[in-house]
Amino acid sequence: MVIERKWKTWIFFYIPLTVFVIGTLFPFYWMLITAIRPDAELYRSWRAATNTPFWTLQPTLEHFRDLMAKTTFPRWLWNTFFIAVASTVISLFCGLLAGYALARLRFPMAGTLGTSIFVTYLVPPTLLFIPLADIIRSFQLGNTPWALILTYPTFLIPFCTWLLMGYFKTIPKELEECARIDGATRFGAMTRIIFPIAVPGILSAGIFAFTLSWNEFIYALVFLSSPERKTVPVGVVSELIRGDIYFWGQLMAGALLGSIPVALVYSFFVEYYVTGLTGSVKG
Amino acid sequence: MKKPIAGGAGSAAGLEVALPHPRTSQPAPTLTRFLENEGLLAAVLLTPTVLLLGLFIAYPFVMGVWLSLSSTSVGNPGEFVGLHNFVKAWNDGIFRTAFGNTFFYTFWATIFKLTLGMWLALLLNRSFRGKRLVRASMLLPFIVPTVLSTFAWRWMFDPTFSVLNWLLYQGGLITTKLPFLSDGTYGLWCAIVVNTWRGMPFFAITLLAGLQTISPDLHEAASLDGANGWHRFWHVTWPLLKPVTLVVVVFSVIQTFSDFQLIYVLTGGGPANATHLLATYAYQIGVATGLLGEGAAISLFMLPVLFIVVWIQLRYLRRLEGA
Repeated sequence: MVIERKWKTWIFFYIPLTVFVIGTLFPFYWMLITAIRPDAELYRSWRAATNTPFWTLQPTLEHFRDLMAKTTFPRWLWNTFFIAVASTVISLFCGLLAGYALARLRFPMAGTLGTSIFVTYLVPPTLLFIPLADIIRSFQLGNTPWALILTYPTFLIPFCTWLLMGYFKTIPKELEECARIDGATRFGAMTRIIFPIAVPGILSAGIFAFTLSWNEFIYALVFLSSPERKTVPVGVVSELIRGDIYFWGQLMAGALLGSIPVALVYSFFVEYYVTGLTGSVKG
Repeated sequence: MKKPIAGGAGSAAGLEVALPHPRTSQPAPTLTRFLENEGLLAAVLLTPTVLLLGLFIAYPFVMGVWLSLSSTSVGNPGEFVGLHNFVKAWNDGIFRTAFGNTFFYTFWATIFKLTLGMWLALLLNRSFRGKRLVRASMLLPFIVPTVLSTFAWRWMFDPTFSVLNWLLYQGGLITTKLPFLSDGTYGLWCAIVVNTWRGMPFFAITLLAGLQTISPDLHEAASLDGANGWHRFWHVTWPLLKPVTLVVVVFSVIQTFSDFQLIYVLTGGGPANATHLLATYAYQIGVATGLLGEGAAISLFMLPVLFIVVWIQLRYLRRLEGA
């Protein structure tokens, strides 16, 4: 261990770290405080003597109540959840099979396929959304959840494949060979020996994929049009602002409630998420 | 006594007595035998992936190129117009601004994310009380939906009720409100700040994973040789961290360069179209106005940069595999 003086530790460690923590978390605190602040207090002149921006003396749940009762927000939550789960399941299924094939099987074009799947991983949705909207329309999928359930896998599968391929490569080949000597088929060895061992990798990929699809915006914005079909990010942007008026209390309540599900999933599986995150980059 | 491991030894014994093998004793289903072929199994396993990616990535891509060369708009199939859309975009003042903004935004946001992320990673690499909690909460900006957290920022930058203005005013740093989002230059810098806030945790956590693979012995040896903190970082940590850094920067550049949601929510491209990026301008022309051909051409302007970045990444991967 490298030994440091005490004042140095404060200057080079505690103070910067505190600044980082405050800077990172302040917007979330601000979301919360805005969401529970009554309107009268929200829109008060910033030079008013009674202005207490960092806390409120009359916390209220009014904005949450309005959001749940007077808007289609609960519906958006359900839509987002359903779409995120469905596209995650599809992507995990495809990613598992493809990742196994690329990690374990020898076949012509393996290298080319692996590279092209990796390249699709790097294609951003903003490059494709205009032609894709046209395709979705011609498949009669416009304004249905399927438009998103089928297109989200385009950025989830490459990532899942990449992550799981890396994971499969760490599993010793001998395990499968033993199983095959015992009479298991190739397919059986894959599903009954390798996939169960890969559960941590599958969990990482699944959690990461779930948060990615929960957060997706541009496809949902372009492909969905009726208010009751929207996902949380799109609904908050397009339905909670009426005309030019921003109802900040309600908006922040929506932002908070829309963030909680991913934050919960994340907090239960931090380690898996971090593995997914770092693994998705390094492969 | 039974052998503790049933796998290897047991099966070898089983083979000796139980011949013929179960697979030959019962007539195996054709499908099973079919899947024993490595190439065929691979084809089956890869079909869903190739189908989905082909249908929703490769096909739209080809279609996008076609659209960009046509005069298609909503309700009008259009005809081939050659490079007209590209030329038109290039001569368009707003497009030029968006084009420049995209580079400006990507450049500065990446620089900030890299320096701050590296700094945070170095801080988190030490042991202290509550480290797990701090590390977990640091990732929050990255996992929370960008659109929603950007709304919080937009509210913090509000022209009349900005808490940041209030803070600066109370701190005696300003006497009049700063025009955060009502001025083009300020607006773009605000977007860079929000992007940095959102993307920095990704850098920090990934670089931290890289830092944790560096043996503390190296630092100890260096400090015995009289190296101070900065020297240890520059001569020990940085060279070992360079590969991870390159990969993270590539990912981040792609995402920042093609960013859409942050600007869409924060400024909507305004005031007076001063803060558009390529993606938001493509949306405005292609979806909001309905000129699909022109919109597709604008988003294709991203392609050369993405191509270069991906090429660097692939070359780097090859080198890793070769080594």
